[in-house]
Amino acid sequence: MFDFLDNPQYDLLGAFWVTVQLALYSALGSLILGTLLVGMRVSPVPLMRGFATTYVNAVRNTPLTIVLIGCSLVLYQTLGITLAGGDSKTIGFRMAVLGLAAYTGTFVCEALRSGINTVPVGQAEAARALGLSFFQVLTLIVLPQAFRSVIAPLANVLIALTKNTTVAAAIGVAEASLLMKEMVENESDSLLAVFGVIAFGFVLLTLPTGLLLGWVAKRMAVKR
Amino acid sequence: MQFRKTSAALAAVATLSLTATACGSSSGDGDKIVIGIKYDQPGLGLKTPDGKYTGFDVDVATYVAKELGYGADKIEFKQAPSAERENLIRNGDVKFVVASYSINDKRKAVVDFAGPYFLAHQDLLVRADDNSIKQASDLNAKKLCSVTGSTSAQNVKEKLAPKADLQEFGGYSECITGLENGAVDALTTDNSILAGYAAQKEHQGKFKLVGLKLSDEHYGIGLKKGDKELRDKINAALEKMKSDGSWEKAVKANFGPANYKNEPAPAITEK
Repeated sequence: MFDFLDNPQYDLLGAFWVTVQLALYSALGSLILGTLLVGMRVSPVPLMRGFATTYVNAVRNTPLTIVLIGCSLVLYQTLGITLAGGDSKTIGFRMAVLGLAAYTGTFVCEALRSGINTVPVGQAEAARALGLSFFQVLTLIVLPQAFRSVIAPLANVLIALTKNTTVAAAIGVAEASLLMKEMVENESDSLLAVFGVIAFGFVLLTLPTGLLLGWVAKRMAVKR
Repeated sequence: MQFRKTSAALAAVATLSLTATACGSSSGDGDKIVIGIKYDQPGLGLKTPDGKYTGFDVDVATYVAKELGYGADKIEFKQAPSAERENLIRNGDVKFVVASYSINDKRKAVVDFAGPYFLAHQDLLVRADDNSIKQASDLNAKKLCSVTGSTSAQNVKEKLAPKADLQEFGGYSECITGLENGAVDALTTDNSILAGYAAQKEHQGKFKLVGLKLSDEHYGIGLKKGDKELRDKINAALEKMKSDGSWEKAVKANFGPANYKNEPAPAITEK
């Protein structure tokens, strides 16, 4: 039943390590992008507000598979953009991180925006009265409080992102679901075991993430 | 209370629809026969935008069904993606599968095969003006494209050219894009599938097959394990297809334009 796990051809840990790397790099990228976007969405400049709103609504409502295949087929295969990568492996990985970050950033932005709404208006008004600029109000007063209140929703976004990395198999990034496809191709006599092993791997990744960040969210919440 | 009634009704509808779909159409529903084919392999099994089915596998399936007593109007084709072929057969969702299904021992452990009805080899598709690839070892310095997780892709990684820069995609069509634009140098899979792509109207004259025999793929017709009666019937139908010239005709019709030298019809070994 599980004898395929002993086959040296299948590097299960290596594949999941790629999954973890994809998730971490994309999480970092999406956090930066989401913060930038939310700053634009609440800024007093109409052009910035308009751009960020359009971007968020466009990308958030595009299926991730299309975003990733678009990155690979349009940017790399057709326009020849390689993101300073040498071989397909590196380029594919970077394209996947780019696509995942661009997509997940929109969800981070919306989570943060709801966090900003939890910060009492008095806080921002007091900061303005002290003579702080918009940028200072946002970065010193509002965003730190907003971040603390949206750790739980951000954890959801991170868990969704971890599972979304499987879509990168569509552009040939050698992560867990690509390994699963290879196993399915060869181990047609134990399909359920193959699915089970990979699914269990993802549970091992996401469950602790959820528990840990849930605990952090409780600790960090602003007591009002 | 109104709300409660509505939600109860909704729940009832939901459960009903779930139970209704859970036991989908089993094969042999009424007087139809359900056959699993590929929908996305030009030349072998393709569902065209207007809902027709074309390809060599489709022709074989139609011929076999006719021999079993089902006319073309009594056939219901069902998509059989590679990963789901065994389960479709085991659960009885399809009577048999004709979907570039290579016979191997792992698969024989869960399903039975009739045939083989075709012998394909792993080969390479390159741009028509590219003569730099003569043998498998030339690939080590090349960019190669194949389908995620497929046997062909694994062959390249494990045996043929471990140093080759292999790009994997979900489907062959994505590979064709890269091949046209020069982002990859060759596309690798069974020559029958490659010939199907090269024979498509929009690709004619752009690509050519290198003609290497990197592996032997014996395509068989998959059916439920232990159904000896059906296997014998299908084998008889395949024999007849070869002897009356329909097999040759189907090959010519589907692979002809690609200048593809197919193997002669293989002898039936799965009895």
